Amino acid sequence: MNFVTIANLTREKILYMIEMASEFERHPNRELLKGKVVATLFFEPSTRTRLSFETAANRLGARVIGFADPKVTSGTKGETLKDTILMVANYADVIVMRHFIEGAAVYASEISPVPIVNAGDGAHQHPSQCMLDLYSIYKTQGTLENLNIYLVGDLKYGRTVHSLIMAMRHFNPTFHFVAPKELAMPKEYKLYCDEHGIKYQEHTAFNEKVIQDADIVYMTRVQKERFSDLMEYERVKNVYILNNDMLRLCKPNMKILHPLPRVNEIAQDVDDNPHAYYIQQAANGLFAREAIFADVLGITLEQVKADTTIIS
Amino acid sequence: MNKKERLVAAIEHGTVIDHIPAAKTYQVASLLGLFDLKTPVTIGINYPSQKVGNKGIIKVSDKFFTDDEISRLSVVAPNVILSIIRDYEVVEKKAVETPSEIHGIVKCNNPKCITNNEPMATHFHVENNILTCHYCEREQDISHVELV
Repeated sequence: MNFVTIANLTREKILYMIEMASEFERHPNRELLKGKVVATLFFEPSTRTRLSFETAANRLGARVIGFADPKVTSGTKGETLKDTILMVANYADVIVMRHFIEGAAVYASEISPVPIVNAGDGAHQHPSQCMLDLYSIYKTQGTLENLNIYLVGDLKYGRTVHSLIMAMRHFNPTFHFVAPKELAMPKEYKLYCDEHGIKYQEHTAFNEKVIQDADIVYMTRVQKERFSDLMEYERVKNVYILNNDMLRLCKPNMKILHPLPRVNEIAQDVDDNPHAYYIQQAANGLFAREAIFADVLGITLEQVKADTTIIS
Repeated sequence: MNKKERLVAAIEHGTVIDHIPAAKTYQVASLLGLFDLKTPVTIGINYPSQKVGNKGIIKVSDKFFTDDEISRLSVVAPNVILSIIRDYEVVEKKAVETPSEIHGIVKCNNPKCITNNEPMATHFHVENNILTCHYCEREQDISHVELV
């Protein structure tokens, strides 16, 4: 079994993975994967994601091999991805891969004899991030059903927000797309919402009134290099910044998420506000990734619940 | 015998491919692998046509194409008609049907797609004349595709 995309996960499977992640949160340290070898192949550096996967593997008792930097691999000598994957599959029980080429993980999953976990392939997919976002939403709201979710910032290039729309389609959400015109939600995703009966509203303003009905405010970074018109960037760069004063009207259950790294789009004064959740969100990534490892290696929720290898 | 048939010599057994947009004639010949055949092949272009403007005609002796081979033509020449000839008679006419999956043939127009960075075949899902790359999910219109 592989974990390469979020788009085709069923409602049942998403809820199953969330339940599995919460089991791992109760007891994160086990020897469930003792004797297994996990390979982490990072053809593109991503320290945060790699540390999260490697920690998940280590806390489940697996050993980890791999590379963090593509400069040290034979890919630079012209080796094909296929050869690299088949070679590593000789050594490892599961391969976690991050690649700058889109569709690399799907291809790897077609040729690999061992499970492939997609840790991000270019602008295409980053399903483990989506899984931890879903787990964070579930944990803070107690449900995934009927939520008002505000996506803020770069909705054009932000793959995490696109994945979230696809994954949430099973749970009757109402989305609010808050973005400058140049980074507005692409038409294809609005069509996707229409086809799947997902309600959405678009806003260019971002203030305390706009977000007062929010259950989740999902912030993303507005990056200068995304703008073709730098005047436009200068005009909007400070519009999509969340600060503490904007949280006065919000609902008590509202939580602020961010895939990180953050630059200035969430002011530092928000960090101590109880609505801030982005650091805990990253911690949830560990449990979500433990669940992903178990699932791709054929370990069921039942087995995780009956696990006798728990350390703490 | 009418005038049109005299423009290109009749064949005894084989396939006549008609209504090819003139500019696509060589692509069609290439997609069907006609340049590798040992049997006689006649390729004609710039015949007047009401359907496609100037058209091309290809006559291939002693060769009958599979549905799979024919479906490849859908990406360059969807209006093509193939006539199956036996003993100088048309025994069957086949239109091109667009398949729901296309393997190889078409190039993905995303330079960052794995299929453009690895020695491998492309793969597309086809719906309403839109090709979606199986790997990177980039979409392209069937009338604007570039061949491999």
